Amino acid sequence: MKYVFDFAWLGQYWPVLLKGIGITIELIAVGAVLGVALGIFCAWARALGPGWLRPAITAYVELIRNTPFLIQLFFIFFGLPSLGLQMSELQAANLAMIVNLGAYSCEIIRAGIQATPRGQFEAGASLAMSPIQTFRYVILVPSLQRIWPALSSQIVIVMLGSAVVSQIAAEDLTFAANFIQSRTFRAFEAYFVSTAIYLLLAIALRQVLAAAGLLIFPRRMRR
Amino acid sequence: MIEFSLWDILRNLLLATRWTVLLSLVAFIGGGLVGTLLLFMRIGKRRALRLFARYYVELFQGTPLLMQLFLAFFGLGLFGIDVPAWLAAAVALILWTAAFLAEIWRGCVEAIARGQWEASSSLGMGYVQQMRYVILPQALRIAIPPTVGFSVQVIKATALTSIIGFVELSKAGTMVTNATFQPFTVYGLVALIYFALCWPLSKSSQILERKLNVAHRNH
Repeated sequence: MKYVFDFAWLGQYWPVLLKGIGITIELIAVGAVLGVALGIFCAWARALGPGWLRPAITAYVELIRNTPFLIQLFFIFFGLPSLGLQMSELQAANLAMIVNLGAYSCEIIRAGIQATPRGQFEAGASLAMSPIQTFRYVILVPSLQRIWPALSSQIVIVMLGSAVVSQIAAEDLTFAANFIQSRTFRAFEAYFVSTAIYLLLAIALRQVLAAAGLLIFPRRMRR
Repeated sequence: MIEFSLWDILRNLLLATRWTVLLSLVAFIGGGLVGTLLLFMRIGKRRALRLFARYYVELFQGTPLLMQLFLAFFGLGLFGIDVPAWLAAAVALILWTAAFLAEIWRGCVEAIARGQWEASSSLGMGYVQQMRYVILPQALRIAIPPTVGFSVQVIKATALTSIIGFVELSKAGTMVTNATFQPFTVYGLVALIYFALCWPLSKSSQILERKLNVAHRNH
């Protein structure tokens, strides 16, 4: 192996990497918040919602969980415009991540809701709370707390999966790496550096989510 | 301009699906072998090997598969080999699958109650015998549903190999789109084919879990 590694390009191209990191963080921030919100809605609809809504949600969840993210992304970005839905690359990337995380988090959160003892629903009802109020004030937060570790892992998985959005020219970290390697012909080094950055981002994201868990869920409810 | 019928599109996609299936099988079987090796390192007695397996899993679960594919593609090239896309795809997918399977199986082995180790040890069994006759038969039973479930992830992961130029279902979808200008139909069909491959596996994983759980609940 006579290859000489060369990282000199870092001096010139670090702003490109930094911009890519920024967009990746932006994508996962928006994707995580809206995706989990969608997941909460779908979990509610599937576990406690009106009967006519349940099959639709089930179909959505099964369809997303059994197809690759790349194809979902291509379908949204290339396929939907023929229905008159035009989107920018970033909007399509965001939408795909929200739709994807929505389906996965629906399943995870539903497991949390189903693990709630029946008595809690009955207790809510006996205090004259409506089913929605019971869900909002009694069921939701402990359910989320129960499945928070699983949900956190799923968010990290979606963040790592977001590397694919470079394929529709959304300018994330992978796009930056592709750009750099096309300019410098230092493909291995460019991908090596960006892989290391992804690893750090994943570790940091796990810490952030663990901290968020401590903030969101009050101590007295911890078991 | 040539007109393409729905059958033309579907036929070409189905032809490419063979490669998706083949690559999935290679990744799953190869990943299973490497994963078994990692599993024994991870639960074994040698500290260095345990740490190696732990960091291996951390590394492969903490970085995007796409990056692993790129690194395999360009990294193998550094050794002066002319790397075809299928080789890079197979190597990266095997290593990636191995990390996840090793971690899933470790969970299954650790789910076996401590008393089982102690009981078999009190019968004078050595490590290999304990594994062979007591731990693994039980661990295997709980391992089946999540392993079948993970095979779905492997099939979906093969879609990424289209990006380094391996022609499977996703790449065929892009190529057919470029010829027909019907992205909605083509990607819709591609999604349906993936669904047809994955959904039966997802369902059987769920059913197996329910079935095997009955036995598991008894002890």
